[in-house]
Amino acid sequence: MTTAPARTQPGTRPLGWLRHSLVLARRSLAKTTRSPGPIVNGVVTPALFLVLFLYLFGGSVAGSTTDYLRYLFPGILVMGAGLAGMISTGTTINLDRRNGVTDRFRSLPISRLAPLLGSVLADIVRYLLAVAILFAIGALLGFRVHGSLAAALAAAGLAILFGFCVSWVTVFIGVLVKDANAVVAFSFITFLPLQLGTSLAAPTSTLPGWLRAWAEVNPVTQVMDACRALLNGTTIGGTVTTTLIWCVILFVVFCPLAVRSYSRQQ
Amino acid sequence: MSEHGFEAEKLAKRFGKTVALDGVSLAAPRGQVLGLLGPNGAGKTTVIRILATLLRSDRGRASVAGFDVAGQPGQVRGRIALSGQHTSVDEELTGLANLVMIGQLLDMPRRHATQRAAELLARFGLEDAARRPVASYSGGMRRRLDLAASLVGRPEVIFLDEPSVGLDPGKRDELWQLIRGLTAEGVTVLLTTQYLEEADALADGIIVLDHGRVIAAGTPAELKQQVGGRAVVVRLDDPADTEPAAAILASVADRSPERSTRHELVVPVTGDDDFFEITARLREHAIGVTELSLRLPSLDEAFLALTGAPATTTDFTKAA
Ligand SMILES: Nc1ncnc2c1ncn2[C@@H]1O[C@H](COP(=O)(O)OP(=O)(O)O)[C@@H](O)[C@H]1O
Ligand SMILES: [Mg+2]
Repeated sequence: MTTAPARTQPGTRPLGWLRHSLVLARRSLAKTTRSPGPIVNGVVTPALFLVLFLYLFGGSVAGSTTDYLRYLFPGILVMGAGLAGMISTGTTINLDRRNGVTDRFRSLPISRLAPLLGSVLADIVRYLLAVAILFAIGALLGFRVHGSLAAALAAAGLAILFGFCVSWVTVFIGVLVKDANAVVAFSFITFLPLQLGTSLAAPTSTLPGWLRAWAEVNPVTQVMDACRALLNGTTIGGTVTTTLIWCVILFVVFCPLAVRSYSRQQ
Repeated sequence: MSEHGFEAEKLAKRFGKTVALDGVSLAAPRGQVLGLLGPNGAGKTTVIRILATLLRSDRGRASVAGFDVAGQPGQVRGRIALSGQHTSVDEELTGLANLVMIGQLLDMPRRHATQRAAELLARFGLEDAARRPVASYSGGMRRRLDLAASLVGRPEVIFLDEPSVGLDPGKRDELWQLIRGLTAEGVTVLLTTQYLEEADALADGIIVLDHGRVIAAGTPAELKQQVGGRAVVVRLDDPADTEPAAAILASVADRSPERSTRHELVVPVTGDDDFFEITARLREHAIGVTELSLRLPSLDEAFLALTGAPATTTDFTKAA
């Protein structure tokens, strides 16, 4: 066997940060195939709520399950994207630090942000997977897109974008806290008010007073309404714009916070 | 090129109110192993993290492979490898995938990375396990893979933070062998340990750290002299032999042995000859032993000798 050549002088090849991030994204995805927690989280929980609500409320809310599925499915999609992103990078970042993996990466001549970027890139693949699986489950149950294909893609894109922007909150938490369980606890605690306190199961106008007040200000309602309008070909109103504004706010606040604490952390 | 693998001058570091390092200076010539010895919380990991550019010191300076750690961290990172206190390989990936990934992060083309990974897996006896996920590896195999991961980029300086933690003695000896092999290639090694025995087995020079200060430095031989040499330990087959055995130890070592409750006798000796003399006399008197050894002072005994106080902080929960 011949001996492998010595390493090239580090940092001499261009676009290193991108190549290294891609290598680390591949690592993150390879890990997901062996422990698919985030995808399961982004698929199983929403799928359970889909089936549960469909057969519990299908008749009473919309008259028939087919009509109710049209109403319910878009919100479930948003829930799926939200959950898929919620814990993934936030927990990985935390676990890597505790296991000394971050120290090893930081002792290598690569960008300090490459591990974070790699994991976030892999998250995008995980969102796509979760959303695709949910669409398949929806189709099996009888859900059909009524808008244009472009509108359907826009709905999926919007759900994923929102999931991505929210995930920066958990990434920030993952960087700050000592224990990865805190990230999971955060997504668990916020699940009820953020995901269920919305127009998910029924239009906000039909909700009881206090819940209605919350659901109407909850940004997730806006995302669900926007996706619903796009997938069913109904009037979009201001929901897409509001969703995009929320995305920008979350991203602009939490991405820099997370990135800064991550790169400064010693 | 600097003649030192690494050197540090008066490093100081605090975490809030905790003084982790308080003026630590150390250096190792290229190709040597420096052992950093100290109890939990002494500041060993902090020294390694500063030298590996992961942490900035509050005061003092350090250079590794001729480059300043604060001024040229990129240059330093291109020449070092770190194997931390925990094995930092990915459980879900195969041994091969772990090493190939490091190679790719070091800008090796995939073919070279795979070739290098195969070389190292062979050298560390992990060929058969190469395509299995690390989750199925034993503790010893993980340690070896972790060490292999640090060698992918042919580093000039390697930092090993308590490399033998959690290994049983057989596996530990195997690891020691591998670490000794590193210096044969001219690699400079900084190794931390809580065991004088380990530092003695591997290091050319030893620095003893306590509460963030260097309390002793020297070659293993010098240090052993300072801390008062070795002791013979005898554990008897038959407790009834305690008196005659104690008499033999007392006459050879010229002082009466300490007795523990487990029929164990311990007596300090000045040299190998005392040990052989004791062995011979025990045989003459047909005294059966379950254990008979010549051992180095424990870290606790060494600390007692060096500081007049026992090694402190056994707070394992705080270990960072
Ligand atoms: N990141 C940190 N934050 C706060 N305290 C720390 C941190 N790292 C280390 N310490 C403290 O600094 C001291 C030295 O720690 P360390 O270098 O890990 O010791 P050792 O590796 O010898 O066990 C300990 O008291 C430890 O609790
Ligand atoms: Mg330590």
